[in-house]
Amino acid sequence: MFDFLEGYDVLGAFWTTVQLTVFSGVGSLVWGILLAGMRVSPVPLMRGFGTAYVNIVRNIPLTIIILFTSLGLADIFGVTMGSQDFKIQGFRLAVLGLIAYTAAFVCEAIRSGINTVPLGQAEAARAIGLSFSQTLRLIVLPQAFRAVIGPLANVLIALTKNTTVAAAIGVAEAATLMKTMIENEAQTVAIGAVFALGFVVLTLPTGLLLGWLGKRLAVKR
Amino acid sequence: MKLRKVTAASAVVLALAVSVTACGGDKKDDASGGGKKIKIGIKFDQPGLGLQEPDGSYSGFDVDVATYVAKQLGYQPNQIEWVQTKSADRENALQRGDVKFIAATYSITDERKEKVDFAGPYLLAHQDLLVKKGSDITKGTDLNKKKLCSVTGSTSAQNVKKTIAPDANLRPLSGYSECVAGLQSGAVDALTTDDSILAGFAAQDKYKGQFKLTGLKLSNENYGIGVKKGDSATVDKINKALEQMVSDKSWDKAVKDNFGPAQYKNERAPKIGDIVK
Repeated sequence: MFDFLEGYDVLGAFWTTVQLTVFSGVGSLVWGILLAGMRVSPVPLMRGFGTAYVNIVRNIPLTIIILFTSLGLADIFGVTMGSQDFKIQGFRLAVLGLIAYTAAFVCEAIRSGINTVPLGQAEAARAIGLSFSQTLRLIVLPQAFRAVIGPLANVLIALTKNTTVAAAIGVAEAATLMKTMIENEAQTVAIGAVFALGFVVLTLPTGLLLGWLGKRLAVKR
Repeated sequence: MKLRKVTAASAVVLALAVSVTACGGDKKDDASGGGKKIKIGIKFDQPGLGLQEPDGSYSGFDVDVATYVAKQLGYQPNQIEWVQTKSADRENALQRGDVKFIAATYSITDERKEKVDFAGPYLLAHQDLLVKKGSDITKGTDLNKKKLCSVTGSTSAQNVKKTIAPDANLRPLSGYSECVAGLQSGAVDALTTDDSILAGFAAQDKYKGQFKLTGLKLSNENYGIGVKKGDSATVDKINKALEQMVSDKSWDKAVKDNFGPAQYKNERAPKIGDIVK
């Protein structure tokens, strides 16, 4: 029944999907935390930048962002991410685009977490002489994080699925292989089901694990 | 209790929907011949083959062939309803009965023949390269180390990696338009797919005279008209229509109209059932 899978490296394609997810996940977490820091910082310029970035980037369709990295950044501005090989270039550009996009959502998740930390905590931190960045780093963010593990899991799951958009610029991930297989085998439903299942296998454990972690680590107030 | 009501209500809705669609289906079947509509699947985004013009009309070789065939089946051009059938959706559209037949750069292959029936072929195309005028690419192996564009997942992209030039720096993008733009700007050295599709792009007003086809014949693509599996009556009718289209020279005219400006050296009209491997 599944003989149409023969001759295709389905696992390899999903491995690329996993790599895209991991690199973009780590990158967007870092960039998202920085953005969240900007959005709550006392400096108006940084606050303005953070707000503008989040509101602009999260309202642009991901397809357009990814296509722009390849057709805009690479072709017009010559940003090749250190490789002339389209295979490597495509992967890196896709990670760049995914980070830029996902970080906006990470930022908003973290900011909502920051809002769960009582104001008194920050005031107390200031009172013992901690600077803004120390307050954020030592007092507010650790508590905020534990409140938003659930929402961040959602962002991660969305990111995993969003990696399929990288097919638009030819990154050899799962959706790309799916297109190839449908082109050759003409079995849309069966092939679609296999890839849908693949994504469930990837995302379901993520959701369960992080959901459990979120419950365990939540700060009970 | 509330849940039960909802379930009951949705069951009723579902039953209604099924019966309504069933009626609709019956009506559609009556529509062969007569004064009703026919639904034909084409591409909407391939200049020279199947293109939706800004004013909502349709042009291209596939469209001309489909119009001719429809006329032989008893439908005037104003009775045709064009439906967009993307590559990945062609088999399903036929199985569901969304369209009567599909003329959309549909290469006849063994795998596809298991799912749908084909009339034709009506055109023999070959994988080819589109390059800028004055390019030094003259054979397939020239592509190694060159930057080459094609569409993600397409047969042409696979052919390049497998047989033609495994070392080519292949850039798969989501559509041929993106590739053509890249070719014009110099981001890629060549674009590969069927020569008929390439000719359609090269013949567009905005690109006229900038590109040339290398004429390499890297593969054989037998374009057929896809029909629902088992509908041999329609296949026969379409085959007859295609034969007539060739014999009364309408076929030559359609080729000249759509691919002429690209200096495309087309093959002669293929014989029905004559598939070139």
